[in-house]
Amino acid sequence: MDKDASPAAPDMPQQHPIGLYLKVWAYLFVLSALSYMVDYFQFQGIVRWGLIVTLMLLKAGLIISIFMHMAWERLSLVYAILVPPLALLVLVRIMLFESDYVFWTRAIFMNGGG
Amino acid sequence: MSQLMMKQEEHRQARQDLSDVAADWSNDQEVFRQTHWGKVMMWIFLLSDTFVFSCFLTAYMTMRASATLPWPDTAEVFALTIGGHPIPLILIAIMTFVLISSSGTMAMAVNFGYRRDRRKTAALMLATALFGATFVGMQAFEWTKLIFEEGVRPWSNPMGAPQFGASFFMITGFHGLHVTCGVILLLIVASKVLRGHYDRTGDYSAVEIAGLYWHFVDLVWVFIFAFFYLW
Repeated sequence: MDKDASPAAPDMPQQHPIGLYLKVWAYLFVLSALSYMVDYFQFQGIVRWGLIVTLMLLKAGLIISIFMHMAWERLSLVYAILVPPLALLVLVRIMLFESDYVFWTRAIFMNGGG
Repeated sequence: MSQLMMKQEEHRQARQDLSDVAADWSNDQEVFRQTHWGKVMMWIFLLSDTFVFSCFLTAYMTMRASATLPWPDTAEVFALTIGGHPIPLILIAIMTFVLISSSGTMAMAVNFGYRRDRRKTAALMLATALFGATFVGMQAFEWTKLIFEEGVRPWSNPMGAPQFGASFFMITGFHGLHVTCGVILLLIVASKVLRGHYDRTGDYSAVEIAGLYWHFVDLVWVFIFAFFYLW
């Protein structure tokens, strides 16, 4: 189950023991249950957002690296797929400024409507 | 060199570093020649799909951050009453577990595909499709409940900010469409597996490529679950 031990059988590509998938499956179940608990126990504020994002990123990481075999892909493909989405952070930042502006425009000039 | 042999070579290679990346990218038009072409194409499609879903989620963020009315409490909206007690968000939690289970069976189907185990591959793919269909069914139930019982519309709802309905139907609708397409794709590939098509061509990559798509659908749900339902 060690990542570096993957090319065990050279005549069969992407060959890993089934146990690896069952293990990741179990991890995903536990992580999902934990993120449900975040809502169930009504955590609020920064704790809630921190937990939601952390659990989300852990789940996404497991799915991409193990289930989608990204951990064993060639590095040039890994970079080609994982780097472009970082541009989205810029979009999110821009739209946060925008929504802040729209919110205060509505609140101040449109009686909370608009 | 056949795709299969290239893959073997790829796996024989030791750890790669940036000089390998540079070498691949300076390889004129054949940057990804070490990887199965179908897999590369699927990855590039998924990259574009990532941007589509990210635009929806960013639009949702923008609408929610600029709404002056309070955002509906998703824990209450998506609660189900089981045995007289309202349990918050329970349907969504079950849908999450169903989709994760489908990802698990799919990952194993890919594994058995590379072991040339025709029956187990097909059986696990059909199980995946069944989980996927269950997910879509539960989503249909959720939409019905929201539309007819709670009175949620894309332009208004009785709980608060009218933008809620627009984001909900757009995001979950587009995701549901992806799941539906995935189920169809899985059924097609599974029937080809069962008929021995990939044994004749000697290349089971189609199973892995369908798997990539399916895991992506699960991946998108992880983000929707976090940002739309839990936030």
